[in-house]
Amino acid sequence: MNKKRFGSRLVAAPYYVWAAIFIIVPLFMMIYYTFTDVNGVFTLANIMQLGRFKKAFGLSILYALISTIITFIIAYPLAYFMTKIKISSQRLILLLVVFPMWMNFLIRTYSWITILANTGIINTFLGKLGLGPLQLINTPGAVILGMVYDFLPYMVLPIYTVLSKIDKSMLEAADDLGCNSLQKLRRVIFPLSLPGVASGITMVFVPSVSTFYITQKLGGNKTMFVGDAIEYLFNLGPDFYNVASAISLVLMVLILLCMAVMNRFSEGDEEGVII
Amino acid sequence: MKIFSKIYIALILLFLYAPIAVMVLFSFNSSGSVWVFENFSLDWYKELLFNTSMLNALKHTIIIAVLSAIISTVVGTAASVGILALRKKVTKSLVMSATNIPLMNADIVTGISLMLLFVFFGKLLGLHESLGFITVLVAHITFNLPYVILSVMPKLKQTDSSLSEAALDLGCTPLQAFFKAVLPSISSGIFSGFIMAFTLSLDDFVISYFTCGHYQTLPIVIYNMTKKTVTPDAYALSTIIFVVIFVLLILYNTVQNKSSVKEAAKI
Repeated sequence: MNKKRFGSRLVAAPYYVWAAIFIIVPLFMMIYYTFTDVNGVFTLANIMQLGRFKKAFGLSILYALISTIITFIIAYPLAYFMTKIKISSQRLILLLVVFPMWMNFLIRTYSWITILANTGIINTFLGKLGLGPLQLINTPGAVILGMVYDFLPYMVLPIYTVLSKIDKSMLEAADDLGCNSLQKLRRVIFPLSLPGVASGITMVFVPSVSTFYITQKLGGNKTMFVGDAIEYLFNLGPDFYNVASAISLVLMVLILLCMAVMNRFSEGDEEGVII
Repeated sequence: MKIFSKIYIALILLFLYAPIAVMVLFSFNSSGSVWVFENFSLDWYKELLFNTSMLNALKHTIIIAVLSAIISTVVGTAASVGILALRKKVTKSLVMSATNIPLMNADIVTGISLMLLFVFFGKLLGLHESLGFITVLVAHITFNLPYVILSVMPKLKQTDSSLSEAALDLGCTPLQAFFKAVLPSISSGIFSGFIMAFTLSLDDFVISYFTCGHYQTLPIVIYNMTKKTVTPDAYALSTIIFVVIFVLLILYNTVQNKSSVKEAAKI
């Protein structure tokens, strides 16, 4: 028995080695690069430079917060309504909601330019109605729209999973105790769905706060977000890796903090939320 | 209420699919514009056949996706077996937290941190070019592994441990017991892990962007195209990928359905 256990534990050895080298060591690499200069000498200069990116961090957080909230407002009713229809149609709609996630997000984002541009579909349509072209592209609204669009499935999925698992007898109990449907939603369904909401929020916030493509394409490169800053520095070449590393490290800490807060809402196991 | 909820669902689906419809539509445009639709044509699909940089990138993408999916499925399945056999709870949760890091972290952070690792060791080894085929492959395996583990592990937990014990009692070696008794009951988890790894790898842009060097995959080429003006060939290519992934996803879902039907039948 002991021998067997040892044997089955041993098969995970390649993974442990892999995880140590390619998951754990890179995090230390980031710390190493953050606190050294190009020649590998200890320095705090990279950390000092972070002040220059204060605005980028602020903007990224602000935009990510706004788009996370909007995503939540759109996704929650959707997930809720989905649980109310026939099981077979639920599966189909779930598939349809998730499917765009597997599409190249660069192209999905880029297609919005075709829709929003000054000569794009919406403005052509407005022009035919005799209305002047609206400035839709390269605005903050377009960036938020892109984020909401790209990450909406990440919010719908966990909320739907949690909602569809709610024990029907709980709802019947609420009915029996005299709740009307609004009270039932507020007192029973919503509290029970909080773990799903929490993981939805992290799953939308994290990619939103770190994106660089959406901001460049739909925001017109007018302002620099955190993701843009990292990408920009990376492209400047090895001399700028240290600063890029410092920004990434701060971004990671920020994300970890956000996740620690969210985890307090979603205790318990949630193995099934990832499709 | 019923009607309202149906309208709501329909509107969201419209929102989700509008850009995709636009993409498909303009991939059939006869002119090079992605603004004005002129006539229906298949020119851009024909054009793709002669676009060597794109075809090369497609080859790279498929090589990376196949290799990384196979390797991460094998390593990840073995890892799931080993992690479940761990006796100490602390070690187990430690391993699982490490496994979750690539899942939780922003792609850009994962990409940058791996890139720093590769560059650092590339410099140590005196390599002229530290980023390339091997580094993208390693990066893809790394972000695929957690997904494989998370889809195999629940299935493994569900399997009756007496199954492999019975096999051992009947004279199987541990390896035989695994392949004959355990593997068939977790095969749907392994398969969905593989499909997930494959599609994730196919679609990854951010992590590849920082780790690929000159070994450009398709999303990188698409990114470079969208930097300048996009012609409908990028749309044509994406339409093709859209169809391929759609088929894969249908396949994945039928397998999942079948296995859940089987499980229901067992009970």
